[in-house]
Amino acid sequence: MSSISFIGMASVITAGLTIAVGAIGPAIGEGRAVASALSSIAQQPDEKNTITRTLFVGLAMIESTAIYCFVVSMILLFANPFWDYVISAAN
Amino acid sequence: MNFMDIKQISPDQVIFFQYHFITLNLTIVFTWVVMALLVIGSWLVTRRLSTEQKISSWQNILEILVTGIQDQISEISRQKAKRYMPFIGTLFVFIAACNLLTVVPGYESPTASLSTTAALAICVFISVPLFGIARKGLGNYLKQYIQPTVFMLPFNIMGELSRTLALAVRLFGNIMSGSKIVAILLAIIPFVFPVILQLLGLLTGLIQAYIFAVLAMVYIASATQIQEQSDPQKDDNQ
Repeated sequence: MSSISFIGMASVITAGLTIAVGAIGPAIGEGRAVASALSSIAQQPDEKNTITRTLFVGLAMIESTAIYCFVVSMILLFANPFWDYVISAAN
Repeated sequence: MNFMDIKQISPDQVIFFQYHFITLNLTIVFTWVVMALLVIGSWLVTRRLSTEQKISSWQNILEILVTGIQDQISEISRQKAKRYMPFIGTLFVFIAACNLLTVVPGYESPTASLSTTAALAICVFISVPLFGIARKGLGNYLKQYIQPTVFMLPFNIMGELSRTLALAVRLFGNIMSGSKIVAILLAIIPFVFPVILQLLGLLTGLIQAYIFAVLAMVYIASATQIQEQSDPQKDDNQ
């Protein structure tokens, strides 16, 4: 197999795997966070503002791991340094 | 003027204007547009402020925004909001304006480029020790790095660096993913669906602006915290 097709194949498969695996963990985490925030709002509706603010900040923290995976897969797909190197070497 | 391609993941790569060695990319151009809009808009509104019963609707909007930010800051930091208002308020208003203007066709949000978000995160990174030293003094500020034990020093420093990186990449990733997903969906399902996702992008943009400002405030608040038992008067005369 030529190096161009190998690098292309590896990049695409890795990009898909990255976003697939990287979505699972944060999804579970965010689901648990939202569920417990909802139940605490149901228990203490007066503290709604504080709970919501903390929930948003916490969700942003959890979500950033998924965002890292997304950025890595975007770089693999659209700004892949290895691909660029192989293409420039082939020319 | 060039528009963004799906292959370009940041508006840095789109060249707007080139003259010899001077290159203007879309990020810089749209940052200037947002800055001009904010400055001229607030200048127009605050030119004729009134304290009478009837105030103009623009002044009303601005007052809601300012008092809202003030309330949030004083709630999070439990200090006087006036000190942090210029910095946190600017961060929020700038990022929110950048993200919300994506409803305008042809506009690319400057926050979809890593350079803008990195610059904002570096501002937070520098301002945290500045606010901390200004409030607690150099010795007390440095002492918090070895707070539980001395062995925590490298971890505290690494935490400071990694949260700056996280701040930059989070904002960049969220905004960039919003516009990229719309572009990808345009190729797959061109009707209605991209509009819905663009609406979702507006919502995430506003939430990300809020989160950026809140996180910056939380970092500054944790650096400026003073043990209340030791010196209760210090909070009041700030």
